[in-house]
Amino acid sequence: MGIIMKTYTYTEKKDTRSGFGAGLAELGRTNPNVVALCADLIGSLKMDEFIKENPERFFQIGIAEANMMGIAAGLTIGGKIPFTGTFANFSTGRVYDQIRQSIAYSGKNVKVCASHAGITLGEDGATHQILEDIGLMKMLPGMVVINPCDYNQTKAATMAIAEYDGPVYLRFGRPAVPVFTPADQKFEIGKAVQFTEGTDVTIVATGHLVWEALEASKALNEAGISAEVINIHTIKPLDDKAILDSVAKTGCIVTAEEHNYLGGLGESVARVLAEHRPTPQEFVATKDTFGESGTPAQLMDKYGLNSAAIQKAVKKVIARK
Amino acid sequence: MPNIKELNDLTTQVRRDILRMVHKVNSGHPGGSLGCAEFFVSLYNDILETKDGFDMDGIGEDLFFLSNGHISPVYYSVLARAGYFPVEELNTFRLIDSRLQGHPTTHEGLPGIRIASGSLGQGMSVAIGAAQAKKLNNDDHLVYSLHGDGELQEGQNWEAIMYASAKKVDNLISTIDLNQQQIDGSTDDVLPMGSLRAKFEAFGWTVLEIEEGNNVEAVLKGMKDAKALTGQGKPVCVLLHTVMGHGVDFMMHTHAWHGKAPNDEQLENGLAQNPETLGDY
Repeated sequence: MGIIMKTYTYTEKKDTRSGFGAGLAELGRTNPNVVALCADLIGSLKMDEFIKENPERFFQIGIAEANMMGIAAGLTIGGKIPFTGTFANFSTGRVYDQIRQSIAYSGKNVKVCASHAGITLGEDGATHQILEDIGLMKMLPGMVVINPCDYNQTKAATMAIAEYDGPVYLRFGRPAVPVFTPADQKFEIGKAVQFTEGTDVTIVATGHLVWEALEASKALNEAGISAEVINIHTIKPLDDKAILDSVAKTGCIVTAEEHNYLGGLGESVARVLAEHRPTPQEFVATKDTFGESGTPAQLMDKYGLNSAAIQKAVKKVIARK
Repeated sequence: MPNIKELNDLTTQVRRDILRMVHKVNSGHPGGSLGCAEFFVSLYNDILETKDGFDMDGIGEDLFFLSNGHISPVYYSVLARAGYFPVEELNTFRLIDSRLQGHPTTHEGLPGIRIASGSLGQGMSVAIGAAQAKKLNNDDHLVYSLHGDGELQEGQNWEAIMYASAKKVDNLISTIDLNQQQIDGSTDDVLPMGSLRAKFEAFGWTVLEIEEGNNVEAVLKGMKDAKALTGQGKPVCVLLHTVMGHGVDFMMHTHAWHGKAPNDEQLENGLAQNPETLGDY
């Protein structure tokens, strides 16, 4: 089967974490084995609806993320499908060894759901803005890593991972961002989605950067550059074929993510290209740095994570062909 | 009432298994394993209500989680001799391609194991989760866990201890192996923990102590008392007083044999103190 082609239409702005909340609420109605855990961030994770409808299937852990990961692992023994909720920083770095031993190595069916990922967490600053979580999670054997691009895709991903048997890291964000994928989409883990066809450059983006990539492709088109935009929502397992097929046509690639370029999507793509088809690549990502306080838009601008930065990277990578 | 002589004979055989396993590969943790032989034998031969065979979900049976995974030798020996896997497989302990990894894991599919442990401090949280799943499933069986006393220095335990009482996880019996030793010395030398009874009680647990943790009859009585205390709104903590290295005189009362294997001569000496009962593997 070839790559999934989608058209896209901007409708409104919504936060991806609300997509998670909506997906979880739907799971509460349709899958009696789904349980949810939260470490004192119900409102931030948008878990209210699930809790209201299924109070007996919700576990308020308190501010104790390590305990939450262990309890989630234990709940799988007995057939439950636990979804843990806290910020991305506290879902990964703070509890890495708990996830590694009690969940990943133990092969437990836990869904680690992480909001406020990346720099768009904004004003709280670097203590809360994790830019290393994709790297941490993708290194764990057997861990699936997903970073959806908008509200609808996050909702669909949330529902899809309940059907998958195994540990998953689901990453989403805080700010309201454009909704542009269909509400009725089917989410396929590990399957890239292509939004535009192009011949001059491949742009592979994940999370909040997908919309920026689409905006960049429009501007580039006006400048006579034909860009193929591919949404990699699943960083692991990576859709190698979609990437290789596209660069076979375009001959160069830009990767775009709200994450450190060390350990992120870009490095995963670089590995695939190095193994199969060495190709010029530019990285739109943070460059081995912590974030800082500011509005999401200011931060995306300052750290080079927007349409303008993608356009610049495209021109640079085309010149390297 | 179980036959105490049979359980004592099994305990002696388990001690031989432990010594032979760690000697063969010149690695592993005999001290804590020997100290917990009576506990494991009692648990798996009289306390736990288990189904035939093994499935991961463990619905309709009691569950046990070992948090201090380094005492895998005693766990493996008792599981094998309870029929979870062939006793001969003890020969593969810590060898390449074995299901009997240095620390217990679900990864190789060894029957009897439901969680990986080794990195300390994680088992109580897992046991709590399993206990809460039992409540959701209307399964009135119990969840047991074992933890080292030194292991309680890991902070995650105290998150779990606080949670279990707050959420009335009263189908959980967590036993602390109170041998007062850890790798670098006695727990009092390394990091004194004060009164564990006072700490657990302050955190809202029901606490009972088994003063003779290396006496099968005392362990059976204590664990049955603990069982009777479940279902009353509080988790139950058993402080199990044991002697590290129990049953091998030169390994007793010291941290020196926490993670060291006996040489040939020491093995012979240790085995002579624990004559074969049920047959070596």
